[in-house]
Formats: sequence, structure tokens, C-alpha cells
Amino acid sequence: MAPTALQEKLNGLVNSMFAEGLLDEQFQQLQMLQDGSNPGFVAEVVTLFCEDSERILAELTKLMDQAVVDYSKVDAYVHQLKGSSSSVGAQNVKLACIQFRQFCEDNNKEGCMRALNVVKHEYYHLRSKFETMLHLENRIQAYETKQQS
Amino acid sequence: MAMERGCKSTGGEPHVLAVDDSSVDRAVIANVLRSSKYRVTAVDSGKRALELLGLERDVNMIITDYWMPEMTGYELLKRVKESSELKQIPVVIMSSENVPNRISRCLEEGAEDFLLKPIQPSDVSRLCSRFLR
Repeated sequence: MAPTALQEKLNGLVNSMFAEGLLDEQFQQLQMLQDGSNPGFVAEVVTLFCEDSERILAELTKLMDQAVVDYSKVDAYVHQLKGSSSSVGAQNVKLACIQFRQFCEDNNKEGCMRALNVVKHEYYHLRSKFETMLHLENRIQAYETKQQS
Repeated sequence: MAMERGCKSTGGEPHVLAVDDSSVDRAVIANVLRSSKYRVTAVDSGKRALELLGLERDVNMIITDYWMPEMTGYELLKRVKESSELKQIPVVIMSSENVPNRISRCLEEGAEDFLLKPIQPSDVSRLCSRFLR
């Protein structure tokens, strides 16, 4: 596929992520911070976010599997995930975390279980889009590198 | 002339120490600062921040997350302000939560400012023009 077509596909994907509410204006801020001196910044942050999120989701799953749930620990992890999703512009994940924290505050196990599933759903949906986005960026970058050599 | 501890840089890029246990936030704040042409050292805990401050004499500003395990940003702020060697260094606290008691406690303890996350480039520009040149 020609690079302009790839770029159009990438732009269309990112625009649809904004339109769906997956991303908010914070992601635009990150895009604006990416420049020639740091061309991989968005990819770096997205990758860190995904690694961090999966670590946290694994911990949350373990905590929620316990017979007696330690809600303060659950809340601490959800707080972390809310923070990193806010920093990367992952709007739907952030909103799901806010709901989750409410259930933690109420010590509502059933609510927390449902909320965890929602957070997972939103995260994996976003991750899938991020993977496509990074794949397209890599293809564009590879083409540009080949043109320069 | 030896670089004065804290406040204004007397030559070269100002050096900012960023402290945050979140790898995502460290990457974001470091890039925001570097895009404003500041030299950045990013660490993941208050303990590491104090270790670095003991070794490096040219930190011009500290920007730290409030909520970190083991040592909070508030506790780090207190340690810096209690130190005769470090107390001149401006400290800015970041938090994802707008808690008035937390903000006033930090400002009373000597924090120069309190920023809500996610941090924007305009926040950094405003701070650095006040404390760094």
C-alpha cells in the first residue's frame, strides 16, 4: 500500500478512536509532543501504558478472586490505572476506573467484579486499536527510511 | 562560578528532577520538560530522588507526584525542606486528585505549586519561567 494511503488509514483510525470516545484531548497533547527529536514518543508511551495496564489488571484479578477482598489494595491499583489512562488519553478506560473506584468505596464485591470486567473490556478494545495504530506507523516509518537510503 | 543550588540556573540547561512511580507519567513529564529544553532526570521513588540529590549538586527544580508507595511526594517535600543543603530547591507537587486539604498542606510545607495531572506543556512553561532560567 502506498505511504499516503497508509497515512490516510492511520489518520482515519485515530479519528475514529476519538469519535468512539476511546481517546480524549490528552492523546492529542501527546501527539503534539512528538517531533523529529523524539519520533517514537507516542509509541513509547502507548507501550508503557499497555505493559502497566496488563500488570495492574492481573493484580486486580488476583485480588478479586480472594474470598475476602482487600478493597484498599484494589482501590490503590484502580487509582494507578486511572492515572495512567488519564495521562495517555485513554478516556473510556479512565471512566471505567472511576466507576470501579466507586464500587470499591462501597465495598461492593459484585459491583467491583462487574466494573473489573468493564475495565478489561475497554482496555482490550483500546489495545487492539493501539496495535493497529503502531503497526501502521511502523509501516510508514519503514517506507520513509527506505526512501531516504 | 559554581552553580547555585536550586532556583535559577547559572549556566547550561536547567536540570529538573522528576519523581513518579508511574512509568507512563515519568515518560510524559520527561518529554514535556525536554521539549521545553530542560535537562531531565526521572526517578521512580522519593528514596531514589534523595539518593540522587545527595550525589548531584545541580538540580534546579523537583517535580514530584504526590501519591507514591513508601514515600509520598509530601514526605519527599518535607525531607527536602528540612535539609539545609536542599531547601532552596523549588518543589512542585503533581496529583491526579484535586483534594483541597492535600494542596494546602503541601503549599504550607513549602511547595511552590501544585499541578493536577495530566500535566500540560503550558503548566511546565509557566513553572519553569518562574523558577528556572
